[in-house]
Amino acid sequence: MTGDVLIDVQNLSIGFTGRSGKLLPVLRNIDLGVRRGETVGIVGESGSGKSTLALAMMGYLKHGLRVISGRSLFDGRDLLTMPSCELQRIRGGKIALIPQNSGQSLSPNLRVGAQLTEALALHGKLALSAFPARVIQLLQQVRLPDPEVIASRYPHELSGGQQQRVAIAMALAGDPEALLLDEPTTGLDVTTQAHILALLSDIAVRLDKVMVYVSHDLGAIARVCSRVVVMYAGEIVLDGDATSVLTNPGHPYARGLLASIPRLGNPNLPMALEGRPPPPGDAGPGCSFVDRCAIAEAPCRSERPGLQPLPAGGRVRCRLPERAGSIPTKRAGKPASAGGSFGEPLVRLSNLAISYARQSLVDQLLGRKPQGVPTVDRVNIEIRQGEVIGLVGESGSGKSTILKAVAGLVGPANGEIAYDRSGALPATVEQRRPEQLREIQLIFQNPDESLNPRHTIEQILAQPLQLYFGLSGDALRKRSIAILERVRLGAHYLDRLPSQLSGGEKQRVAIARAFAAEPKLLLCDEVTSALDVSVQAAVLDLLDQLRRDVRALSDRVAVLYQGRLCEIGPAAAVYSRPCHPYTEALLGAVLEPEPGARPILMAEDIVELSPPAKGCPFQRRCHRKVGSICESTTPPQRNAGAEHVIHCHIPIGELTSAQTVSTLGNAVRPHVQ
Amino acid sequence: MSDGPATLVATTARPSRIVSVICEVLSRPSGFIGLFLVIAHVLLALFSPIFAPFDFKAMNANAILSPPDATHWLGTDQLGRDILTRTIMGGRQAILVTAIATPLAVAWGGLLGIYLGLAGGRLDDILMRVVDAFLALPWILKMLLMIVTFGTGVSVLIPTLAFFYGIPVIRIARAATQNIVARDFVLAARARGHSRVSIMRKELFGNVLDALMVEGAMRWSWMLLAFTSLSFLGFGVSPPTPDWGLMIADSRNFMAIAPWPAFAPVIALSSLIIGINLTADALAKALGIDRAQAAVH
Repeated sequence: MTGDVLIDVQNLSIGFTGRSGKLLPVLRNIDLGVRRGETVGIVGESGSGKSTLALAMMGYLKHGLRVISGRSLFDGRDLLTMPSCELQRIRGGKIALIPQNSGQSLSPNLRVGAQLTEALALHGKLALSAFPARVIQLLQQVRLPDPEVIASRYPHELSGGQQQRVAIAMALAGDPEALLLDEPTTGLDVTTQAHILALLSDIAVRLDKVMVYVSHDLGAIARVCSRVVVMYAGEIVLDGDATSVLTNPGHPYARGLLASIPRLGNPNLPMALEGRPPPPGDAGPGCSFVDRCAIAEAPCRSERPGLQPLPAGGRVRCRLPERAGSIPTKRAGKPASAGGSFGEPLVRLSNLAISYARQSLVDQLLGRKPQGVPTVDRVNIEIRQGEVIGLVGESGSGKSTILKAVAGLVGPANGEIAYDRSGALPATVEQRRPEQLREIQLIFQNPDESLNPRHTIEQILAQPLQLYFGLSGDALRKRSIAILERVRLGAHYLDRLPSQLSGGEKQRVAIARAFAAEPKLLLCDEVTSALDVSVQAAVLDLLDQLRRDVRALSDRVAVLYQGRLCEIGPAAAVYSRPCHPYTEALLGAVLEPEPGARPILMAEDIVELSPPAKGCPFQRRCHRKVGSICESTTPPQRNAGAEHVIHCHIPIGELTSAQTVSTLGNAVRPHVQ
Repeated sequence: MSDGPATLVATTARPSRIVSVICEVLSRPSGFIGLFLVIAHVLLALFSPIFAPFDFKAMNANAILSPPDATHWLGTDQLGRDILTRTIMGGRQAILVTAIATPLAVAWGGLLGIYLGLAGGRLDDILMRVVDAFLALPWILKMLLMIVTFGTGVSVLIPTLAFFYGIPVIRIARAATQNIVARDFVLAARARGHSRVSIMRKELFGNVLDALMVEGAMRWSWMLLAFTSLSFLGFGVSPPTPDWGLMIADSRNFMAIAPWPAFAPVIALSSLIIGINLTADALAKALGIDRAQAAVH
């Protein structure tokens, strides 16, 4: 079904002038042809040049970048030398871009229909009278229900997933031959992401578009693309059909990347890919991956390998492709520290409810109670010494809120947090004893936010050490170095600022700061979600080592929806045989980096703004709703085995027998206790 | 994991932040010209008594309102005093008073603003309404009220200027603090159980300092204008001490026949204020602060 070459990048090198005045290449000798009918995925870590390449395909260079050599042809014409008036006609009309967060790039003060009409008028391919029908057709093509209603709405009245669909419809408005997608689903919830990906792969086939899909997420690429290009340090290192790249890639980097992805179906920890790519201009004369490669030989350091064809099809930039096969792609990784027997209960959340509703001044004066349904309600979780419990759910499910309540940053509206047999834990930080503060430590999602940019690593680590242990001078420095070594960073990091560290190193420092307090309870809020795939594995591995210490790491999992518990039980039981309808929907949507893996789309990808006042929290999206009882009565707790509790009206026999869900992927990032 | 790229990172190390900011300021034309003007004015104010060509009090009945010539480069005023001498000495009082009052204003306004930004709540609500009320009054009214009550003189002017010009700083510091308080590292410090004072000192101060420095430079130029205006109105420096505001006030009666006595102090004052503004602009750009967001008062 593939035809002639539509997008043809030839020996393209793009770079910027560094502070030293040297020209630093971001892309190096890219050769890539995309044929009609192909969907090509470009995968790589941040800084690999994948977005730069995608933008160059539509003749666009970010500020400060310039072409060193090569051409970027579209339909036989070089876009990089084309006059801008001609480029304008090609962009949008022949080749359209869907950027990250494109849902948010919609104009907030125009109705969806008006924005689409604007796009149609811009491309000028249609008569004015045909616009309304075409708007409806576009909205249908992106499978939005009730296109007439959607067209009359403002963007803020739509959910994130719906906004993304409208953005895709905008890109389709000019009826382009090719679509460039730059991380189009990053930042969306797992279930929404699955729906959007299904839509995209459907569009590629149904509307016969060439698609170039840029992502760091192999799972997303696996769902959409027939061909995968792996980029590393500005080079194409591997190019082949999706099946071979995702199962048995011929390049050591691609194999390391596959092995570093945590998978639900496999209880072992993912393998960390140590090191980081060379910064632009810093790659030596040899192979750019040589410092991280397990099979590197002396010649790899001196000669840069060419992009050579593989016997089975595809191309690889490696001198030893036949030996690369010896590197494992799946979990030769070590098992996570065993669960099994745990100590005494450490924390017990009983009937916890948290509300963000604030009393206004008028309400205070009139003595009114705050209105509204609490954000988190009826949460009962017990955590024992040495146990890891993961909280799983989409954004808005109350995961972070619960962690903040335990840390004393948000006061509960109801219920209590019992701690270490000493009874109820005071609600806020100010009321807690120093000992309690020390024993409960929190690690945040994004180390860029959680580390003070003006502090050196030494100052950052000194905070807990001075506060809890009163250390100073030499003792403080010695202790800081010891802690840094525990997170595998050297003493020379002490004088650096966070901005001089990589993402993974920053998160290690954040972990070190929490462990410096010698906590009994560690609260981790999506600690890997801001990191690159290969770094995530290293951070999880570190946490596991330190705890002696989610499915990468969890012993037990609590599934939350809209701040209410749906299901709680041992990780193995919950992940292998999800019982609650929401767990089923969530895990079914998880992205597996397996070619041909198709999501099990069950729940509607709508986003609810507030939980229902009565009944089951999942009632509006549930695909197995029993009846009106779901809307009126709080679901009972049903026992599905040892410590496995499900909150659902469906009788337990039906819940456990009904569904079997196949292997599950990586995108649900459980939280560690 | 880091030994290779580490060398690259280490060369951009840290003690040089102040140095690098100054280099950045000087690398912009506005910063270079601005800083040159400010430093020239400060040096003149410090050393003018040494190299002033005449005695600033010396009157010359034979050269009243004489135009610029070889003896009196900028001419003489209505009492025959040398205008060059009086101009290069005329900024001493203004620069001295405002150079003391500005840090005081930034210090008290900044500290209170940071505290309110961190603490929030009812105290913040009430105090900010008071700040709004103060800012709604014209500054000249407030200043004159203080001077009428406590008299003139440096010992009154410094605390008065420091007090009134600290009030807009509260707003700036509070707004800058609120941006930072929302970030996770402050949340982390709260969760560890640090006291408010410790959070202000360790987490907030360094991050708000940039905004305060730029704000301080701005306050300085506004304060200079205010001081000169008071002198012009006769509430600042008393004669015969030379002062720009006073010189402008004295010479305005003779503007039609002898405009030069007014030119020199006007140019001196404007060049200093323009210099401060250019420096503040370049500083804001070097520190990455959006001056467009700063309040103007």
